[in-house]
Amino acid sequence: MPLEPSVAERAFSLADLAFYGLAALTLACGLYAALSRNIVRAVFALLGTFLGMAGLYAALSADFVAVVQLLVYVGGILVLMLFAVMLTSRIELASRSNRYPSFPSTALGITLGAGVGIMLVALALEAPWARSANPLAYEPTTADIGRILLGQALLPFELLAVVLLAVVIGAVVIARREEGGR
Amino acid sequence: MIHVGLTHYLVVAAVLFAVGLGCALVRRHAIAVLIGVELMLNAAGLNLVAFSRFGTGTLDGQLFTLFLIVLAAAEAAVVLALVLAVHRRTRVADMDHLDTLGG
Repeated sequence: MPLEPSVAERAFSLADLAFYGLAALTLACGLYAALSRNIVRAVFALLGTFLGMAGLYAALSADFVAVVQLLVYVGGILVLMLFAVMLTSRIELASRSNRYPSFPSTALGITLGAGVGIMLVALALEAPWARSANPLAYEPTTADIGRILLGQALLPFELLAVVLLAVVIGAVVIARREEGGR
Repeated sequence: MIHVGLTHYLVVAAVLFAVGLGCALVRRHAIAVLIGVELMLNAAGLNLVAFSRFGTGTLDGQLFTLFLIVLAAAEAAVVLALVLAVHRRTRVADMDHLDTLGG
């Protein structure tokens, strides 16, 4: 049966193709967000990074995490960042709203970032990572995650609720206009 | 053709982390620094989910990433509130000008 393996190979390489596309989207948009001189464009480029990350999560059989990524990052954090940009930057200056500092500090920062990046990539390629014999299958994870969150991970789950309450109150207190003054 | 495995995801996450680190170190706009931090957090989350699939074969890494996403949202909310408050007081969003506490 010579047909069988070739079909399987094609199916696998389609998944591989999806990975390469999503990784390219994530990294290209991340680079643009990091380098753009226009802060509005940088925040919008972040949209591509977050979408690509959600796709990569889905490709890693983490469907619930992918949806949470979409809801929280794209629906929450990105909108919040856009609000902050629109409220703080004078829009007519947007094209040069995100300038670089003087030469030595830029070069130093980029050198440090590139050095750490090279080190991490070398580590990812060289280290003998522990690998499971049976990786997670493509199955729905939501029910299992819910069971763990209300079971063995109940304490951190509840603590997170308290943290979120504190953050909501704290953010309102910090951001509100003081009475009387400006 | 080599099938996509753990190493591929780790390399993507490493590059994304480096981009975020460079962004957080170099940029002066407060929101651009936050963008860098978010990129680094996303890279860490990708690592955790990749290890969850290929390393342990359990859901532990995905749980870590869920907590990480929630904490990143909380952090972003506080940082953006701070940016708004600082901007209202000083009219700048540029980190280099915020040196009042410096000696």
